[in-house]
Amino acid sequence: MNKQKEIEELFFKFLSGFATYSLIAILGFIIIIIFVKGFGALSLDMIIKTPKGGYYYGGEGGVLNAIVGSLYIAFGATFIAILIGIPAALYINVHLVRYKRIQNTIRYFLDALWGIPSIVYGAFGFTLMLFLGMNASLLAGIITVAFLITPIIIRTFDEVLSTIPKGLHEASLALGSTRTEMAFKVMFKQGFSGFITAVLLAFGRGIGDAASILFTAGYTDLIPTHLDEPAATLPLAIFFQLSSPIPEVRERAYAAAAILTIIILIISLTARGFSKKYSKSNLK
Amino acid sequence: MILKRVFLNRLSGTWMLITLVIILSLPLVIGIALYLKASPIFESQSLYQLIVSTDWSPCNGNFGFWPFIFSSLYVTVLSFLFAAPICLFAAIYLTQFSSKRLIQLMHPVIDILAGIPSVIYGMWGIIIIVPFVSDVLAPLINIKSSGYSILAGGIVLAVMCIPYMLNMLIETFNTVPIGLKEASLSLGATSWESVKHVVIKKSYPGIISSFGLGIAKAFGETLAVMMVVGNMVQLSFNPFEAGYPLPALIANNYGEMLSIPMYDSALMFAAFILLVVVLVINLVFRYFIHKTQSQ
Amino acid sequence: MNAVISETFTKTFARTPIIKLKRQESILQIKDLNVHAKNHHILKNINLEIPKNKITVLLGPSGCGKTTLLKSINKLTDLYKELKVSGNIYIEKDDILNTQRNVPLIRQKMGLLSQKPYPLPVSIYKNVAYGIKLKGIKNKKLIDFNVETKLREVGLWNEVKDRLNSSADSLSIGQQQRLCLARGLAVKPHIILADEPTSALDPVSSKIIENLFRKLKEHYTLILVTHVLRQAQRLADNVVFMNYGEIIEQGRPDELFSYPQTSQMKEYLVEGN
Repeated sequence: MNKQKEIEELFFKFLSGFATYSLIAILGFIIIIIFVKGFGALSLDMIIKTPKGGYYYGGEGGVLNAIVGSLYIAFGATFIAILIGIPAALYINVHLVRYKRIQNTIRYFLDALWGIPSIVYGAFGFTLMLFLGMNASLLAGIITVAFLITPIIIRTFDEVLSTIPKGLHEASLALGSTRTEMAFKVMFKQGFSGFITAVLLAFGRGIGDAASILFTAGYTDLIPTHLDEPAATLPLAIFFQLSSPIPEVRERAYAAAAILTIIILIISLTARGFSKKYSKSNLK
Repeated sequence: MILKRVFLNRLSGTWMLITLVIILSLPLVIGIALYLKASPIFESQSLYQLIVSTDWSPCNGNFGFWPFIFSSLYVTVLSFLFAAPICLFAAIYLTQFSSKRLIQLMHPVIDILAGIPSVIYGMWGIIIIVPFVSDVLAPLINIKSSGYSILAGGIVLAVMCIPYMLNMLIETFNTVPIGLKEASLSLGATSWESVKHVVIKKSYPGIISSFGLGIAKAFGETLAVMMVVGNMVQLSFNPFEAGYPLPALIANNYGEMLSIPMYDSALMFAAFILLVVVLVINLVFRYFIHKTQSQ
Repeated sequence: MNAVISETFTKTFARTPIIKLKRQESILQIKDLNVHAKNHHILKNINLEIPKNKITVLLGPSGCGKTTLLKSINKLTDLYKELKVSGNIYIEKDDILNTQRNVPLIRQKMGLLSQKPYPLPVSIYKNVAYGIKLKGIKNKKLIDFNVETKLREVGLWNEVKDRLNSSADSLSIGQQQRLCLARGLAVKPHIILADEPTSALDPVSSKIIENLFRKLKEHYTLILVTHVLRQAQRLADNVVFMNYGEIIEQGRPDELFSYPQTSQMKEYLVEGN
């Protein structure tokens, strides 16, 4: 009887340990493959040149068009998402602070919104674009991505705001400030690191997403100069160029993947640093 | 001076409310927009026919979605079968058996992996998984396969969902009070028995929700799957054959969407199905989570 | 020479008015127990004997190491990987601290009652049956009998006999704590470890628990951690006063509370009242 228990215990400890370490191995393997392939292809030309002779057939040049396009779209979308998301998050935590039920219902819907696949946002963005008579362009891409990342900004910022002690609200209101003044002066300041984390997360999601901009941002070899011009992006640069029959073009896809991974890596680690710093200062 | 402050308060209060209303009405607006765009297709075929028919010939006006729905379900179920046990055991190990150091190390790793874009997982799939399926797995059971298959899609999708599900599972297990484990141990249970009878039982709603949300994420995932799944309209239970999930259908054909009549409606219908399925799964399981959290 | 010294020694001490306790049979001996956390010495050289069929109360301000001492006795310190435990704890001559064999069996010699009731996430019946089943007993009749006896022992049977299959969470906190006690008794322990078992309860439930303890000491040895001085006065047969991870004083409650020897104990008695 006891022997059997011991064996069962050992077996499951081993199994769960095995699951964990094989998982770590798989995940490490992915990163290594991307970097090995990517750094093999990465060169200065890749970063500072646009593709020559067409992104699909021409082997010369780099992915500057995609880097610039991705940054444009991610910055633009993050900017719009901040304009919509931050006031919304503040509203939940300032004006609705006494209505717990409404707060929770809103959070519930926002969480569900976070789960909608980006291809659906893409299809919606495309519909909206046709409806407004626009073409696939930088602007259409920015708007679509903004929809995608606004729930992320709201919920991440909201999560931090909701931990700010309620006494602070009352103290501030008692001193005669209006709700708005309190929201932007007190709450925003208190939740500033949460704001940075939210923005970084949203930016990371925005710069990496491909399905939402597939229909809306288009693709081009050129660097866009106006909002109504199509724009290349890093995820799509990987996607399109990877299926090219020409090896040099595929190299460009690998390079783009390395660049994108580095950007995401930096963003994740910075965001983590910020949220850690926040939780530390919160403890004291 | 005071007037100006009151006015500013009103103005910004209104703006804050408007933004919140915009974002909360977003799923409804998306749903309505997609439905309206898809509605012409209902005039030629009934909803039932659209879903169960296997005849997909857009040029003849026949839109049977079953092959796509089938592929989506197949890939999703496959990925779930790969990812769920690994995630469950890893989460148990990390929260119950491992040292604190390991779990502290794992947190940023999981974060980073959750942040890596879908297209990069797809690229990894093309470089590693597709050849692995065609050169290693298929010969093993004497089958010829290009590697671009349901199986490859399932594996890549599983790897993508792992950080997402693992994160939720760890959170769930961490909410089990340590006193409960102490109680079980003090009654003479081994640590595995405590996990089996108490920790897992207590986390049941959380585990189910994590799995549900993981499935929803897998169901809506586009690029990573599309890059390795082969994209051929066919019905086959053989995982070494190519498939064609719904998101891939939309992503692959948007270019010609406007040149064939009703094609755009069909694709928007596909997007509508995705929206409804994913939103419903999300709402159900998140309700579960919110309910248990408020208790 | 040495013999002479030791003789005078005994003589001197024989004359001092310490009322020599009748040598009690002890069930548990703790020798040189030390517990270290990262840079914190939680328990310092604990030496203690626990008398059989008595209630021993561990008393002291919060953070003095009472709970850690209790948890080292049934090896729950294993759960906290940052703790380093050294020394010996003997039950019936077996050193239980320095063995990894049959830990579940060792733990079954003790029942645990924690600050807050933690009913297992199963039915009332299964809560009590849990430990019995872990012992490998499969006979349904025997389990039924044990469940009923133990629930009667804690006075819960009449309250729950009609809803044995409903969830244990549906009970009141006081009932839950008694259920946890019944659950602990069901594995037939020799010792009951209780860690401030009434701190989360209302006065009526607390009283029920206290009365149960008085009854239980006929068959069990109880070790009770508390910071409620009056509870200690009501229940204790033997008091151990701890502070900063050390045992400061121990002895019979009437002596200890009336004639505290150390300033720390005096201070605590004044503040506690």
